[in-house]
Amino acid sequence: MKKTQKEIEDSARTIGRRSLIVGGVFVGTGAVLAGRMRYLQVERADDFRLLAEENRINLRLLPPERGLIFDRSGVLLAGNEQNYRITLVREDAGDVDAVLDEVARLVNMDLRALERAREEIRRRPGFVPVTIADRLSWEEMSSVAVNAPALPGVNPEVGLSRAYPLGADFAHVVGYVGPVSDWYLEQTGDTDPVLQIPDFQVGRYNVEDKVEDVLRGRAGTSRVEVNASGRVMREVDRDPATPGGDVQLTVDAGLQNYVEARMSGESAGAVVMDCVSGEVLAIASAPTFDPNLFVRGISTTQWAGLNEDPYRPLANKATQGLYPPGSTYKMVVALAALEGGFITANETIPCAGSIEVGNRRFHCWRRGGHGRMNLLESLSQSCDVYYYELAQRVGIENISAMARRLGCGMRHDLPLSGIAEGLAPTMDWKRRRFNEDWVVGDTLNASIGQGFVLSSPLHLAVMTARIASGRALEPSLIRSIDGVRQGGEEAPGLGIDPAHLALVHRGMWQVSNDPRGTAYRSRIMGDAYAIAGKTGTSQVRNITAAERAAGVIRNEDLPWERRDHALFVGFAPFDNPRYAVSVLVEHGGGGSTAAAPIGRDILLRAQVGDVPPPELYPVGQRREIEAMHDSLPIFETPPVPSGRELTRA
Amino acid sequence: MSFLEYNVKSTPTGWRKILHLNWALALLLVSVASVGFLMLYSVAGGSFSPWAETQMQRFALGFFAMLIVAMVPIWFWRNMSVLAYVVSLLLLLYVEFFGATGGGAQRWIDLGFMRLQPSEMAKITVVMMLAAYYDWLDLGKVSHPLFVAIPLLIIGVPVGLTFIQPDLGTSLLILMGGGAVLFMAGVHWLYFASVIALGVGAVTAVFSSRGTDWALLADYQYARIDTFLDPSSDPLGAGYHITQSQIALGSGGWTGRGFMQGTQIRGDFLPESHTDFIFPTLAEEFGFVGAASLLLLYVLILIFCIATALMARDRFASLLVMGIAVTFFLYFAVNMAMVMGLAPVVGVPLPLVSYGGSAMLVLMVAFGLVQSAHIHRAR
Repeated sequence: MKKTQKEIEDSARTIGRRSLIVGGVFVGTGAVLAGRMRYLQVERADDFRLLAEENRINLRLLPPERGLIFDRSGVLLAGNEQNYRITLVREDAGDVDAVLDEVARLVNMDLRALERAREEIRRRPGFVPVTIADRLSWEEMSSVAVNAPALPGVNPEVGLSRAYPLGADFAHVVGYVGPVSDWYLEQTGDTDPVLQIPDFQVGRYNVEDKVEDVLRGRAGTSRVEVNASGRVMREVDRDPATPGGDVQLTVDAGLQNYVEARMSGESAGAVVMDCVSGEVLAIASAPTFDPNLFVRGISTTQWAGLNEDPYRPLANKATQGLYPPGSTYKMVVALAALEGGFITANETIPCAGSIEVGNRRFHCWRRGGHGRMNLLESLSQSCDVYYYELAQRVGIENISAMARRLGCGMRHDLPLSGIAEGLAPTMDWKRRRFNEDWVVGDTLNASIGQGFVLSSPLHLAVMTARIASGRALEPSLIRSIDGVRQGGEEAPGLGIDPAHLALVHRGMWQVSNDPRGTAYRSRIMGDAYAIAGKTGTSQVRNITAAERAAGVIRNEDLPWERRDHALFVGFAPFDNPRYAVSVLVEHGGGGSTAAAPIGRDILLRAQVGDVPPPELYPVGQRREIEAMHDSLPIFETPPVPSGRELTRA
Repeated sequence: MSFLEYNVKSTPTGWRKILHLNWALALLLVSVASVGFLMLYSVAGGSFSPWAETQMQRFALGFFAMLIVAMVPIWFWRNMSVLAYVVSLLLLLYVEFFGATGGGAQRWIDLGFMRLQPSEMAKITVVMMLAAYYDWLDLGKVSHPLFVAIPLLIIGVPVGLTFIQPDLGTSLLILMGGGAVLFMAGVHWLYFASVIALGVGAVTAVFSSRGTDWALLADYQYARIDTFLDPSSDPLGAGYHITQSQIALGSGGWTGRGFMQGTQIRGDFLPESHTDFIFPTLAEEFGFVGAASLLLLYVLILIFCIATALMARDRFASLLVMGIAVTFFLYFAVNMAMVMGLAPVVGVPLPLVSYGGSAMLVLMVAFGLVQSAHIHRAR
């Protein structure tokens, strides 16, 4: 088909016109595209740059190193030790099961741990290192390292975990750390991001728990570049973690060790306080347990063993246990009577072995009675009838007011778990508590530290320290935080007439030094170390009239859990009181036989600064004492103060 | 003008044709393809495998094919148009029943060294067929309803076959490319106005029917439209591609993060970064300067095509070249609009840059036709 020239021209003109329109569309669209590019890449570049950063930058938390805990002279009580562990990266491992079997052959892994590791590996993304075994010995670690070529994806790593070098001695002071549980998060409402770190451990008991905010430190961050599936490409920058603050306690590691050792075999608690500063030098409870078990993960059998032991090793008897203070309470009554003018030093009260008040007969511990007693004698011989009489004159309100003045029946705020609030009962309290009226018999019971009166060994130590110093000492346990001294201000005076205090001191001196004193057997040969004390024996059962008539059953003939609690409080040296002690032996029998020797030994140890030499003991007891000291689990050599640099990795 | 009237004396013959090739256009094509090699190398993390090397081989093959096609007089290709169109229809039918599917459900024939997608081929053969049709048709009958219905059928069959693959993007491209040829051939503008009016009406109907009993689309289809209109509404789901794509683009800034420094690519945040989403890669690493330069190269290619079309003074050649230009334009404009969030996500590659054999070969053959029209133009 042939086209005319005109047709060609027409066609070209049409196409040309329309092509220009299309070209216009091209240019217009191109301009829109360029404009959009400009908008995204120039005007909003910063927004998108930010979004890109958010995409690729992930924050990783770096665990802070937990603060260290020292004793008053710098002995390490809680440190961080290197924890050798091996991790496995699934996608590098290839045949995971084969590699795990090989690892299990090299290191000690039980079937359960192996199964747990398998489960964890399956759960996590393939490129995430999963800890398959930790707390390996150096030998195990070396064998894994040597066999590395046969173990693809397996990496030996070093982490830090809590360690308590003095083990059981400080379980009741320092406590322990444990994993962050859901329960913990719920209970504390703690939102610190550091808690999200896998395997992070927080303080769960005692000082570790109560001073957690100081010890924990602050998490560092590592900003890493990741890809869309979360794999780390490289580290962009790093803000190192801030280690937790170091805490220095007021306790003396050597003394604490001695007290724990001295009480071993008993179910007992003891507190040693500094009568000048109020610092707590030892808080011991026997039996004790190894806090390291809790850090490593305690087994069910170990847990059951601790939990079912009738001596209750997990409980701190020194601060959590409440006991009738028995005759150690008599100083409270004596001081209340002296301050109220209800008695003088020389006035005597007859003791015939018992008195009848209301329709009840109240017995003295000595069946035949003590005869006429003055204040000093009543203390040294611990006459009950004297205090029955005194209590009726003074009244329960005055007694309990004095008790509170001396630190009983209140809460002392030490950074320890489960501190018990004692009880110094009042009429009002009984009405509120039992909806019953106070009867005079209650006052009589209270006068010898029985009945409603309850104290912990901590209360009794505070009481003794206050009596010894005449000042309202508050116990303290933290000496310094990160080198900054805590507390240290002088305690105000008690406002008790020094002459009355001196009288009570003298009576307590007689307890330990007068041949008729209840703790005379536990005396000290050496005036420089002279102690003043008071024994106590508190009943945990009622003695019926029939039993009393037939003769009270001796403690040794009773089952352990029905025997009396034995107590002793004391201070030393007598001339210039420095140390106050309280000792409680659960179901120990008599205070003078079970508790006083322990109290005496502790006071001597505190004064001498080491295991006391036999010369300070009465001649007849020296061999026995020496044999006992040789058998006690006491430090071979006093622990060397270790500096921070020794323990920081 | 037909081949009989060709001025043999002024038209180059034999190897001398090589000298009359539009070398500027060839250079532009090589430049654009080189941008592709560079980006494929970068996307692979600094490696020629698996993409850059293969792409270079394909481009070399395509360039050779372009030269061959260019050597052959344009009237020969006009005579081949019906054959080419029919073959591409047969191939479309063949893959409909025997083709392999994968990825975006596009169907291909495995030729061993590459996967041929008949739908890519159809983009050019439809344009060829239409150009030949209007070359044959009397100028006066162009707007006659009967003679408008015939080209609509020519377009409709491959569009339908592509649509049911299903490949919405390619079928739309064929439709628009064909429509553009109709427009340039001089079909009365009222046809286009009514089609546009119909389209607007349809969109209005679709949107106003949402949530009513007579809803025209399924819920998930509405959801897709929502995602297109506001990608941030579903940043990890359907909007992920477009959100990450815009982040890549935007974070490039003026001059980009530098070659091989794009964090969106290195971190695998951007999916399909070697095919449909290669443009954000370029934009992230070379910034506005790099992205706008590529756009400029594309526009220059279009200008050369328009110039060739206007100079041809041959109805078939002019319409064919303009049709190819429009198809090429649609490729990059839709792709760029898509990655910049101006158009919904449809599978359209960035021409000559995205990794892919069929589109590359078909486009190079198409530019061979443009070159042929250039060489064999009336002088």
